[in-house]
Amino acid sequence: MKYRKVAVVGAGMTQFVRRAKETPQELAYKAVRAALDSCELTINDIDAICLGSAPDSFDGFHMKGEYLSSSAGAFRKPFMRSYVGGGTGVFVPIQGWYHVASGLFDVVLVVAEEKMSSYYPHAQAAFLTIFDHTLERPLKPNLLWIFALEMNRYMTTYGLSKADIARVSVLHKRNAADHPCALLGDPNITVEDVLQSETLAWPVQRLDVSPVSDGAVAIVLAAEHIARRITDKPIWIEGVGWCLDTAYWTNRDLAYPRYVDVAAKMAYDMAGIKEPRKEIHIAEPYDPFDYKALHHLEGLQLAERGKAIELYLSGEAERNGNLPICPSGGLLGVGNPIAAAGLMKIAELFWQLRGEAGRRQVPGNPRRGIAQAWGDLMQVGTVVILGR
Amino acid sequence: MQPKSPYIEVVSLNEEDFSSGQILFRHDRLIAHYAWDTGIAIGYFLGGLKAGVILGAYCSTCRKTVTPPRIVCEWCFRPMQRFVELSDTGKVNTFSICYITWDVKRISEPEIPAVIEIDGASPGHGFLHKLAEVDPNEVHIGMKVQAVWKPPEERCGSITDILYFRKF
Repeated sequence: MKYRKVAVVGAGMTQFVRRAKETPQELAYKAVRAALDSCELTINDIDAICLGSAPDSFDGFHMKGEYLSSSAGAFRKPFMRSYVGGGTGVFVPIQGWYHVASGLFDVVLVVAEEKMSSYYPHAQAAFLTIFDHTLERPLKPNLLWIFALEMNRYMTTYGLSKADIARVSVLHKRNAADHPCALLGDPNITVEDVLQSETLAWPVQRLDVSPVSDGAVAIVLAAEHIARRITDKPIWIEGVGWCLDTAYWTNRDLAYPRYVDVAAKMAYDMAGIKEPRKEIHIAEPYDPFDYKALHHLEGLQLAERGKAIELYLSGEAERNGNLPICPSGGLLGVGNPIAAAGLMKIAELFWQLRGEAGRRQVPGNPRRGIAQAWGDLMQVGTVVILGR
Repeated sequence: MQPKSPYIEVVSLNEEDFSSGQILFRHDRLIAHYAWDTGIAIGYFLGGLKAGVILGAYCSTCRKTVTPPRIVCEWCFRPMQRFVELSDTGKVNTFSICYITWDVKRISEPEIPAVIEIDGASPGHGFLHKLAEVDPNEVHIGMKVQAVWKPPEERCGSITDILYFRKF
């Protein structure tokens, strides 16, 4: 292999809540502390820090990376913040990976933090600034528009029903009931609840959507020779991939996520995976909206186009099914503090593959999992494959 | 030794903690004014809208016509050959029926944002706009629509020079 092997050796996260009293700095610190404690390292063992956080407009100030750096442990250390919208949470471990894989650093801390509640009264309004200022903002778009438009195109193309798609939300929110950090876990939610929730932007209803949240997640990456000294259960990063599609989102095929397809194929190539459906044992596709999990499973080549819903209808997507999907509870259940939500998926795979996921544990000693996130103007796909 | 939990509690607040003065906070607003240059391609496009015409850009290498126009083709990364006049009709690529505003205020009369594929552009190429003068229950993907323009004297070279699209 042309790269050094890199392992995840520790992980920690804060609860995801609607509004945390802690500042972004304090949230980041809490997650970092937990990640370091989990592998019994101190900040002196860390060579460099990679940090991910989404638009500055939530916090209302620029230089968010610099603001967060010291409490993320980056005092007088090499530090870099990355940002690819919602895809950030799975991009920042990729950045950490190449820091170590390249041989430049041996131990790297990867931190993702988001505090969306500061924007008043509702974080959604801050999303107006992601749209094109000349051609789109004058139409006063709500963020939900782009999801509603994409969901409609997706479900119409393949003839899917709202009731079927609601199964995704139900499974993820039920799974989240077993997650100690979850905001919206509910063991008793039903398809009816989803279908009867308030219609925000048809076909999107309230329970089709993940909640805005505050929270932070951190993981520790180490080169092989260090990882084996830190733990006897290193979880290897076997493949990474990322890709951006055109920013002219109204010129794209909205029914199929080509950007996830390209990113996934890059990651599968690196991991030597020829048959993803047989070789991937757990999937954590990005699920800010229920249809999005389906859309992304297809891009990840884990289902035929338009057929991902069958994984849910057949029960394969459940924790004890053939391909457990979002055993964490995903963004729909645990919450969606943007960058932190993506990194939460990596942490989940880490715990699952080590057999440390507690009540969320997938049976059968899963060997390999895939996490994916998506974002920017619906155009970025970021993919990481972990294995033991 | 019992390992420490990787799950850390935080202090969770609700709206009441703010309104009742239970916690301290600072409330402020940012004031940010901008004058955005249109650039070359969108400048032409807006000029076209002012004249009541929808423009696209043509790439002779890819034989594609795209809208909104741009100066470079992302497929072959060569300069676009020319700007071309398109029709002001098209079809609905996808739509939503939206009951909240951009800043999450409830509205009873829904807005119908849509991606409109413009006739004369390559298949699948369009832009974001809204539909009106149509029963939300009747809107469907593939529906033919036509732009409803502001009167010429009120047009100012903006995407809102098209008021909305209606059934055609």
